[in-house]
Amino acid sequence: MRPFDYQRAERLEHAAQLTADAGTMAIAGGTNLLDLMKLEVEAPDTLVDLNRLPMAEIADTDDGGLFIGALATNTATAVDTRVRRDYPVLARAILAGATQQLRNKATTGGNLCQRTRCYYFYNIDQPCNKREPGTGCGAIGGFNRIHAILGASDQCIATYPGDMAVALSALGATVETSTASGKRRIPVRDFHRLPGDMPQKDNVLEPGEVITGVTLPPPPGGKQLYRKARDRASYAFALVSVAAVVRMKDSKIAHAALAFGGLAHKPWHDERIDDLLTGAAPSDALFGKAADLLLDQARGWGDNDFKIPLARRALIATLREATGTNV
Amino acid sequence: MSISVNGEARPFTGDPRTSLLDFLRRDCGLSGTKKGCDHGQCGACTVLVNGQRINSCLSLAIMHDGHEVTTIEGMGSPGNLSPLQEAMVRHDGYQCGYCTPGQICSANALMAEIKAGWPSFVSDDLEAAPLPTDAEIQERMSGNLCRCGAYANILAAIREVIDEQSDQPAQGQEQVA
Repeated sequence: MRPFDYQRAERLEHAAQLTADAGTMAIAGGTNLLDLMKLEVEAPDTLVDLNRLPMAEIADTDDGGLFIGALATNTATAVDTRVRRDYPVLARAILAGATQQLRNKATTGGNLCQRTRCYYFYNIDQPCNKREPGTGCGAIGGFNRIHAILGASDQCIATYPGDMAVALSALGATVETSTASGKRRIPVRDFHRLPGDMPQKDNVLEPGEVITGVTLPPPPGGKQLYRKARDRASYAFALVSVAAVVRMKDSKIAHAALAFGGLAHKPWHDERIDDLLTGAAPSDALFGKAADLLLDQARGWGDNDFKIPLARRALIATLREATGTNV
Repeated sequence: MSISVNGEARPFTGDPRTSLLDFLRRDCGLSGTKKGCDHGQCGACTVLVNGQRINSCLSLAIMHDGHEVTTIEGMGSPGNLSPLQEAMVRHDGYQCGYCTPGQICSANALMAEIKAGWPSFVSDDLEAAPLPTDAEIQERMSGNLCRCGAYANILAAIREVIDEQSDQPAQGQEQVA
């Protein structure tokens, strides 16, 4: 690990000020950042420790939703009785990820900012446009089993690895941030970005912008599912995951919001799928059409070709379960 | 700054790069906690911080000012073993023993988590109190690898302590392959 200066942020404004400097990074749980620093994938000059800031609370919002502080641990969120009752897709997604040891440290803000697990990104001897722009993409034409089938670019085919943010996307959550000059609210669906020709930028956070929390809308009710396909039964990243919030009324789908993990550089949300499903009577034909929409631009890169049929089956299976059709 | 380790205040003045794991092993001389992968993948370095289990390799000592750390040395000692330590010996829950301190720290926290009603990925009902089934224990121990493959006996040891400490034996115990 490269040497760095350590500073403890005493106030939010202080944290925002410090992290505005290039070379300065914020640390919360550190479960991803310290791993990357050991490998020298990340080598900040200064680490700003956010952990003493009062941002761990989980609180009801005025409109009946829930605010989850940036420093609330993944465990605290997943075991919160309101989350388990009103937003089970979020509890399920968090519990599907990592291990108890990691979830006890990992935080809301850090989890949103975790980086890809692309093998080439993690290996400083390999080319990677995300880690070192202009060096090329080792995964294109290389080992790409875990890589993207949607929204990739010729610069980068990495995936966003997390589970929590996929559930937040299905729930239509909002990321709350703070800078020295003010606050910003970013729909979680717009928080992560596609790689394009700037794969080094995972999300839309600006220098000096600190995540303060995530706001969930009022409970959407309905059936909430998180289906995760992975190489091991526990402690493995998603190859494909589906977060679904589906509410039925009079044998029709009254509300549907789906998001997908493991497919792209961001939690994947396709408005066309939600629109197709909403108001329709559930059937395998309908679910097949939803899968057609999801995958109409899909492209495999060799090792990950299997993700295309896997995503189709995961989507259909999730919708069958969510609507009580053919199960 | 100072970290309480097994109830004893330990000053820390080292390089900010020092992991909590290296602090415990090198600076405190508590070598019971093991360094396996040093990347949060194996769980050999599991300790309790303020009662919760974490990977001590993925945390900086400097971030734990004022925290209470419990290591395997704080759980029991030769001649005064904790119930989990005794059960691990009785069930032959290890071969080389390298992962064992992490397994025991992890299992110690696991029992508290189930008692506290925390659900896991395999819990059918997120809102109900989880039952300490074999499937629950296996899922909750997935952050502790044993390359000797003593899993069946580790499970049996944890199972026994949970059953001893609860009035009613758990439902739905399955055979482990």
